[in-house]
Amino acid sequence: MKRQIIISLVGLAILGIAPLCGVSDYITGVLTMICFYAVFAMSWDLLFGYAGEVNFGPSFLIGLGAYGAGMADSIYGWPVPLCIAAGTLAALVGGLVLAVPALRLRGPYFGLITLVAVLLLQDAIVVFAGTTGGEIGLSVPDVLSVSATVNFYYAFGLMALAGVVIFTVANSPFGLILQAGGQDPVEAQALGFNIVKHKIVAFMLSALFSGLAGAMLVFYLGTASVSAMVDIAVGIQVIIAAVLGGRRTIIGPVLGAAFLIGAGEILRPLGQLSGFVVAAFALGVILVFPNGLLGLLQNRRRA
Amino acid sequence: MLALQIIIDGFAISALYALGALGFTLIFGVSGVLNLAHGAVLVTAAMVAWYVGTTLHGGAFGGAAAGILAGIVTAFATYFIVVRPIERSRAIPNAERELFVLTGTLLWAVMLQTILSYVFTTTPITVQELVGGTVNILGVKTPWNEVLIAAVSWAALGLLWLLVNRTRAGKQLLAASINPRGLTLVGVELGQVHLLAWLIYGILAGLAGVLLGGFLGTSSAYIPALTGSAFAIVVLGGLGSVSGTIIAAYVVGYLETLTAYLVDPSLRAIPALVLLVLVLYFRPQGFLGRR
Repeated sequence: MKRQIIISLVGLAILGIAPLCGVSDYITGVLTMICFYAVFAMSWDLLFGYAGEVNFGPSFLIGLGAYGAGMADSIYGWPVPLCIAAGTLAALVGGLVLAVPALRLRGPYFGLITLVAVLLLQDAIVVFAGTTGGEIGLSVPDVLSVSATVNFYYAFGLMALAGVVIFTVANSPFGLILQAGGQDPVEAQALGFNIVKHKIVAFMLSALFSGLAGAMLVFYLGTASVSAMVDIAVGIQVIIAAVLGGRRTIIGPVLGAAFLIGAGEILRPLGQLSGFVVAAFALGVILVFPNGLLGLLQNRRRA
Repeated sequence: MLALQIIIDGFAISALYALGALGFTLIFGVSGVLNLAHGAVLVTAAMVAWYVGTTLHGGAFGGAAAGILAGIVTAFATYFIVVRPIERSRAIPNAERELFVLTGTLLWAVMLQTILSYVFTTTPITVQELVGGTVNILGVKTPWNEVLIAAVSWAALGLLWLLVNRTRAGKQLLAASINPRGLTLVGVELGQVHLLAWLIYGILAGLAGVLLGGFLGTSSAYIPALTGSAFAIVVLGGLGSVSGTIIAAYVVGYLETLTAYLVDPSLRAIPALVLLVLVLYFRPQGFLGRR
């Protein structure tokens, strides 16, 4: 555990000074996306790894945050921080509406509800194309910053904050109860813990950071669109990142996100096949090393 | 006239939905696997049918045969490459196997989707219709192909019912879904039963994919939505319940047809999704499910 923390602090420090060492804006942009996806993947891992619930709709929360913030800006012209707060609030409210009834369900039923939530959000965006921009997307007039480096530090700061909070929560007594509830709900309940309440809190935490990251992503990309924030493919990317990096570690998903975004960029010349290579690699990893990249690194050190 | 039109169109599309979702529920019932690559299997069959039938000039029936074969091959590939390694892996804790099957088949679906759009095309295509022309049913002009789709779907459902209830192998399938341990105790190799289930799954999904591709067109981009629809229908009817799946397919099919005709075709998917959410909240086991 101590080792994990030290390694991740060192990793954070290297990542944190990288943009100051004269790398190109392109690399800084890739690192920025890694930070955003790391937040998505960590938020997802809290629910999957600890609470044992597959949320197929991380992009529901991301999309609510993104569109909440984007619409607050393009329609009401609020200042950027207020828009981001509005987006986060939208994700929290949406998450609450979704989670409270859905978390009474278990396993595949919960997964399906989250999947349907994404489809419904997607439909809603297309139906209300007048205010949401529909399939083309919603462009926002404001940006976080025009400097790639400053944008990176916003994303980096968000990742560090989310990482610390989620890691602390996951390794607290709260996280233990969450795990117990995920692995043996009957026994955990017999011990007197309210599993559903714990799961709802975990889900809301996940919604908070997913929504916040989604809202900030809008002002980084300058647009809110279905293909970048709501599509099931986005959710699949988040899931791949978390499982590939190593579930139930919080740190692993960051590795997974870095790998996923990095490999996507490096393999870009392959075109459509790059998606295949990444997915095949991820499948291979979870079949052979179910504990993911982080588990692989730790095993090697132990051996 | 509109009412009759809705009844006829709804009947055909619902029969096709039932066929499309049946394989999914069968595999879940027999081996407890939720195959999130289901949409990918359907679209693979449709794409191969289109390629052989149209591009290679194999004709509608040649294409359909190739499509069904592709469905079987993809089903077995799903089982041998993804599902079985996860079921047999010692590194995966038992409690998490279900989650791994879900994520594994999801990754497999992404792989199939990218391969399909790379090898074939990303633009939506339509599989050649098996029969042309129209027939007049009580004054409603209906394509023969639609009649054929309904007939083939129901024939497949009927054959499956016969297989499960009247043959030894089918009864073993049923037994595996009720009590797998009991089945192994009476000396049946569970692996064989699973193989049979995946074979039937491949045939059903291949057939459904080919027919869907001819009726609604197909594209690798439809894969997630198709998996979602099949999942939704199956859960609505009750996971693992065959008759529940058929009832749910009809509810969803008619809801969609009604919305498309009376409200707006672009909203057709929404009422069924809302119904699904309501059912999950108030009766999570679905119409005929057992928990």
